[in-house]
Amino acid sequence: MKETVFTVTENIALTKDVFRMKLSGCTDDITAPGQFVNIRLDGFYLRRPISVCDRTAGELTLIYKVVGHGTEAMAKMPTGTALDILTGLGNGYKTEKSGDRPLLIGGGVGVPPLYLLAKELTAQGKAVTVILGFRTSADAFYAKEFEALGAKVLVATEDGSVGTKGFVTDCIPAVGDYTYSYCCGPEPMLKAVYKNTKTSGQYSFEERMGCGFGACMGCSCKTLYGNKRICKDGPVLEKEEIVWEK
Amino acid sequence: MGEVNTAVTLCGIPLDNPLIPASGTFGYGYEFAELYDINMLGTFSFKGTTREPRFGNPTPRIAECPSGMLNAVGLQNPGVDAVIGHELPELKKVFHKPVMANVSGFSLDEYTEVSARLDKEEQVGWIELNISCPNVHGGGMAFGTSAASAETVTKAVRAVVKKPLIVKLSPNVTDIGEIARAVEAAGADGVSLINTLMGMRIDLRRKRPILANVTGGYSGAAVFPVALRMVYQVSKAVKIPVVGMGGVSNAEDVIEMMLAGATAVEIGAENLRNPYACRDIIAALPATMEKYGIKSLSEIIGGAH
Repeated sequence: MKETVFTVTENIALTKDVFRMKLSGCTDDITAPGQFVNIRLDGFYLRRPISVCDRTAGELTLIYKVVGHGTEAMAKMPTGTALDILTGLGNGYKTEKSGDRPLLIGGGVGVPPLYLLAKELTAQGKAVTVILGFRTSADAFYAKEFEALGAKVLVATEDGSVGTKGFVTDCIPAVGDYTYSYCCGPEPMLKAVYKNTKTSGQYSFEERMGCGFGACMGCSCKTLYGNKRICKDGPVLEKEEIVWEK
Repeated sequence: MGEVNTAVTLCGIPLDNPLIPASGTFGYGYEFAELYDINMLGTFSFKGTTREPRFGNPTPRIAECPSGMLNAVGLQNPGVDAVIGHELPELKKVFHKPVMANVSGFSLDEYTEVSARLDKEEQVGWIELNISCPNVHGGGMAFGTSAASAETVTKAVRAVVKKPLIVKLSPNVTDIGEIARAVEAAGADGVSLINTLMGMRIDLRRKRPILANVTGGYSGAAVFPVALRMVYQVSKAVKIPVVGMGGVSNAEDVIEMMLAGATAVEIGAENLRNPYACRDIIAALPATMEKYGIKSLSEIIGGAH
């Protein structure tokens, strides 16, 4: 973990409530896809945890959805805004287990962290398939960006306005043979993917956090291997350790 | 800048400065040691420990509030066996000062057993008896909201521990001074206050409480004036040292707490929004003392009385 001051260089709407923010600053502490950063916002007590969509040396890309007052304030930030950010938080995705043909499944604002994962997997020469799920075509984003990485992209929308009508799980039969699965999205989606994938995999979870670095025990969950903190031991958990409670 | 003295003495044990990260915001210390040298702290109070391991309450356990937060963690901890067998040996590698052992429980038996066991641990300097956790049912705060039960549990623990016993008080009472006097009479060497204030938030989208536990404890900068008032009241009501806490966020707040009567000052929620909070406050103390013409912190305790 590292506390760094970043400067907003871009903050644009991708859909009506999903925004992409690019920031310049030191990204050295971000060591794995699936990690997150925790942003201090003027006028809000707690920081806002946002998953890393992409990072290069000196540039951080975040994609966030406006869900409350904090993200509303973020959406209004002009370029040039300086932000105090804790980077390199959490236990991210491990690419070693992917096999040759990994399947990445993301829903809504669970899509962004899969971008850096897909980038690393394609760079390793893996044949990556990505399933992206959204409510409607108006909510969809980043399919082209994943394609540009060389990934095969399937889209599912609940109303069928683009891609397959239904949920991400409805796209799985069309994928054919895959060696491993990576998943990020709302918990009902994670659960459906868990039931509908045959391979081992890694799943990224979300929870209301206090600190974001393992101190407050606010975001604990039970696993088959004991209690874990979503912020520090997660957000990515192995399929084999997950206990579904809700 | 002239020489200033930040040292204080808490129940006979010297502290380099009055800063103490509060229980529940600092784990068992060693994880913060990766961020900065925690030996700069006066000491810290470790995570409230019970006899058995506890998962705590279901999530969500955290809700944000204006200038603060609610938590309903519910005393998640690995249990006293693991604290003695794992957490304290890990801590010893990175922290070379006496630590404050925070003890919680659900029965008189549990309080005395856990306190007696931690009392024997070499690195434990003080026992902080938590009779004020608002997030567990049938324990914690149930002992701290009447003078009679606070006195009973203090007396029982006093009989089995040799180290200084500090009783952590709840603000969720009619007269905190009365409870403080009761634990002083029962043999406490000090009191610490305030634990969190009971509160709640409702999620407007779901129209349901945000916290799975419905209620939680409010902490953070917003509660500072309430905490300061209670520290002032209690330090007038008892002769034993008072450890002040509740919304302390910077060096000025530390000095205010001490002027109100605190011998030492715990920092809680601020650690969660700024992991370097205690390091930063310790660094800011000398200049802040200088600014207000204070040469020695131990001389200002209760100065506002």
